[in-house]
Amino acid sequence: MKADSIGVATGAHYLDGDHACSEGSIAAGCRFLAGYPITPSTEVAERIAVRFPKVGGMFIQMEDELASMAAIIGATWSGVKAMTVTSGPGFSLMMENLGLAAMLETPCVIVNVQRGGPSTGLPTLTGQGDMMQARWGSHGDYEIIAISPNSPQECFDLSIIAFNLAEKWRVPVLFMMDECVGHMTEKVIIPPAEEIEITPRNYYKGENGSYMPFKFNQADLAPMIKAGDGHFLHITGLTHDERGYPIINAAAQEKNVTHLVNKIRNNVEEIQIIEEEQIEGAEVVVISYGITSRVALKAVDYAREKGIKVGTLRLVTVWPFPEKRIRELAKDVKALVVPEINLGQVVLEVERCAGGACKTILVPHAGGWVHDPKDILTAIEEGAS
Amino acid sequence: MSDITSEMTSPLNIPEPEETLKHPMEQYLRTERLPHIWCASCGIGTVLTAYITALQKSKLDPKKVAVVSGIGCSGRAAGYLRLDSFHSTHGRAIPFATGLAVGNPELKVTVISGDGDLIAIGGNHIIHAARRNINMTIICINNFNYAMTGGQAGPTTPESANASTAPYGAYEYPFNLPFLAESSGAIFVARWTALHIRRMAKSMTKALLKPGFSFIEVIAPCSTLYARRNRLGSGLDLMKYYHDSAIIKHGIDTREVDIDFQDRIVVGEFVNKDKTHFLEKRDQFLSKKLGDKYVPYKGPNSTTSTMKEEE
Repeated sequence: MKADSIGVATGAHYLDGDHACSEGSIAAGCRFLAGYPITPSTEVAERIAVRFPKVGGMFIQMEDELASMAAIIGATWSGVKAMTVTSGPGFSLMMENLGLAAMLETPCVIVNVQRGGPSTGLPTLTGQGDMMQARWGSHGDYEIIAISPNSPQECFDLSIIAFNLAEKWRVPVLFMMDECVGHMTEKVIIPPAEEIEITPRNYYKGENGSYMPFKFNQADLAPMIKAGDGHFLHITGLTHDERGYPIINAAAQEKNVTHLVNKIRNNVEEIQIIEEEQIEGAEVVVISYGITSRVALKAVDYAREKGIKVGTLRLVTVWPFPEKRIRELAKDVKALVVPEINLGQVVLEVERCAGGACKTILVPHAGGWVHDPKDILTAIEEGAS
Repeated sequence: MSDITSEMTSPLNIPEPEETLKHPMEQYLRTERLPHIWCASCGIGTVLTAYITALQKSKLDPKKVAVVSGIGCSGRAAGYLRLDSFHSTHGRAIPFATGLAVGNPELKVTVISGDGDLIAIGGNHIIHAARRNINMTIICINNFNYAMTGGQAGPTTPESANASTAPYGAYEYPFNLPFLAESSGAIFVARWTALHIRRMAKSMTKALLKPGFSFIEVIAPCSTLYARRNRLGSGLDLMKYYHDSAIIKHGIDTREVDIDFQDRIVVGEFVNKDKTHFLEKRDQFLSKKLGDKYVPYKGPNSTTSTMKEEE
């Protein structure tokens, strides 16, 4: 299905990543945002607050991030596409209800413009320290999808992908920006509405009285309904059956939770978006995401000038992790170099998947600024030696 | 064995009735989920009965009524109602309900939950939903303690009452809920006890039909925990206490309705006023400010392409 033209600001713009994310979300069909101000993500909500009244959307500033996350789940079940926007401390507050969204298989998008942490940390400076929280932040077992854009253009393009993936897999999608990408301003091309592909919600078309909100252990996911349709839906954060009714025992837990995990885990290759360059014959591959993937390119240039065969792999989707691809790569290279603006998060997954088949070298950065490309170069040289 | 069973099922050869009688409220209940989990003499069932009565009286289309609960004994209420019903997280029933009520303006949303859920962990949300005057009805079942987790003290536990986390008696000042609701902006505020079934149902009907944020507190017995710990007797004794100690004072200043341990309980409809609710106010305000540029929000019909089924 094509995008609704009312929400698409077709043309060439000069936007920062935050504003581009707002435009992408509107183009994707999002018409509900519940949020709470927090640096460096506030501009996303601010632009939406300006734009929504002109495109038939609803912006509501909630009393905190707990409320924001709960509200978008309610809004989604009322029949709209909904999102919230935050940064580190607010992301922490959203974790319990992120688990509810995963449990209720509620499509929605949570934008996290990452800053330095922990705690209040560096409110105005960049970080990539929430990557493991994105994966594991809420209690219990579940899977989500996390996307990491590296430019304002991608903040637009991938916001649409985020909403589409959320609908397709009935899962919350975490849009993991960082302060650098959020605040850098570049040219952003917004295509005409008819060139934007939208995944509509899969609505139940059967009769009243026979609707089941969930399907476990099946290839296709249950369709959704919206409150007010007369299906008398019941859903609960408790472990439940396919009717949505609570069942508190180990057998029900096995069915319910295994389904939440497997609907993503069994489809990693269909979901994953990775970009590879000059992998063929490479001795070293640099694996990176977000703003760090742009900084790494400079280091790769230096390395190639020195005659080192180096390729790059960019994680556009960081979660689910492209486990199979990393396992294959590890067999063919001497080292995988992982720069990230934290003291070692995604590198743990790379190392696990490499399984000792090659060296895994972390290039850490505590946050506040991006890497010096020379530090990444040093790691590439170490890997090639 | 099978012979004995068949003998036992119809010892007098009475034919099975062709049609079993239906409970008059069956249409509104998920009968397949009964029996419910609540203790004998618990007040929550009474509140549900009153709520269903109010739904019937209000003539609202049950398809357009949604119920949201939080966590706790009262949090299970949503699960037994044959309506669009949502069992959310602890303390977040109101923001979840805000998403539903604001998300689709056609819905009439009720939150049924307990005092711990709505007033302690969810306290921030109730004051802000009231301030915004979101179109929703809150039914707060107040049993003076956290019952689901074993009778701990909470923000409504009367001073000196015993609770598992107040083993020598509670010494904090409890909230006066009607005053809290009114001062936060609620446009309809009432309080009843679980004994006042008909009056409670009447107030609920009014609240359901009144656009804006309405709040009804129901003082309900918890004989398993609160009453037993405090040696207040059986469920029947609690009803007698409500009968003897409840004083109906409609329109009284909500500052006057504090509840002390086993003291008098002021009940009645305290607040009933008119104020434009959130969605209406937003619509009026923005259409005036933006003129032709304003595109009203129409819930699921807000965008022409994205939410439609694929042709």
